[in-house]
Amino acid sequence: MTIEWGWFPDHIDEMTRLTADHLSTALSAVFFGLLIALPLAVIAHRFRPLRGFVLGLSNILYTIPSIALFVLLLPVTGLTRTTAVVGITAYTLVVLVRNTVEGLDTVPAKAREASTAMGAKPLRTLFTVELPLALPVIMAGVRVATVMSISLVSVASAIGQGGLGQLFIDGFQRDFPTLVIAGVALTLLLALVADAVLVTVQWLATPWTHKRGA
Amino acid sequence: MLELLKNLASWLTSGPQWSGNAGIAHRLVEHLEYSLLATLVAAAIALPIGMLIGHTGRGAFVAVNLASFGRALPTVGLVTLVFLAGGLSKWPVYISLVALAVPVIITNTYAGMAAVDPDIKDAAKGVGLRGHQVLWQVELPLALPLIMTGIRLATVQVIATATIAAYVSFGGLGRYVYDGLAQRDLVQVLGGAALVAVLAVAADLALGGVQRLLLRGRPASAR
Repeated sequence: MTIEWGWFPDHIDEMTRLTADHLSTALSAVFFGLLIALPLAVIAHRFRPLRGFVLGLSNILYTIPSIALFVLLLPVTGLTRTTAVVGITAYTLVVLVRNTVEGLDTVPAKAREASTAMGAKPLRTLFTVELPLALPVIMAGVRVATVMSISLVSVASAIGQGGLGQLFIDGFQRDFPTLVIAGVALTLLLALVADAVLVTVQWLATPWTHKRGA
Repeated sequence: MLELLKNLASWLTSGPQWSGNAGIAHRLVEHLEYSLLATLVAAAIALPIGMLIGHTGRGAFVAVNLASFGRALPTVGLVTLVFLAGGLSKWPVYISLVALAVPVIITNTYAGMAAVDPDIKDAAKGVGLRGHQVLWQVELPLALPLIMTGIRLATVQVIATATIAAYVSFGGLGRYVYDGLAQRDLVQVLGGAALVAVLAVAADLALGGVQRLLLRGRPASAR
């Protein structure tokens, strides 16, 4: 198996396009995942009986092979990017819901009580006290979900929406390993960069975790 | 939707569907074979590494980042690559599945051992236990719940991903998913996916049972 380095400079446009597609599918999935997971987790955290149900449901989603989930969505959303985004969103829920619930668990009861004592309504306490304090654990979930989504997008190549995963299919069909290596390397690089960006965002968003005297 | 579920029920319950080399029973055994072997090999590789990192405290940075790397590695790409490099054999399947499971088990084993209270380790050394005795008699039992979590997580992931075997022309339950995809036969895809999900949940429950058995007699806080 040899790598044909000459292929790379000739295909920068194609690689850029596939990488952009890949990233936008993965990020959309994480965005919608958060949009669904946050309220679900808040509800599961407030009402204990729902907790097992919500966490169990998101765990079962995890056992369905991703390729099958995409195919099952075909009759509803067709060969579109929506199918890929919806499928990957479902997978991000496993991590996002669990981490948000666990993050809310780590909020000290005293902080919550102090906020209530100062006259804050529950919703205000949630947004100004609980969610910020839960942010480190929630962000850990967002990082895992993002890296996982970036890896999962390539599975959607089976429905023509795989971003860099398209390189796996092409490389497989043309018996041309260079394409596959390029796809794997770019996927890993994308995950690495996205993770580094999220670490930086988290650091900037939670100054109290690293400022002296805070 | 109702029509689909009815077709699915008849697909799953028809007698001929279960027998023969392309039957569900045979595919189920194949799927279990790929998954079990891959998980066992992964555990044999990952447990010692995770234990070593946890016990010595060296290489923690590697353990944490390995998990991230493992999650980022696209399985479809890896399986294709090994297939193109090595030709038609089961190696691509096993290598990809093991690569999927190893990081999860290492990270959880390390995390479990890192979470052991240093005072307890000091106490163990104080009463005269040697390094390896502390490892086997103190750290490992205390880390067991998290280690088992890692193994359960890895098993579920491997079972769900073992469908990839069908992608490189082997068997397992993924056969129904990929054949169904090629034939635009939604019932077959749904049937295959449902069987995989049931298998993964069953394996998780079984390992949960093993975990309860191993941790029996402990206070709830130490499970």
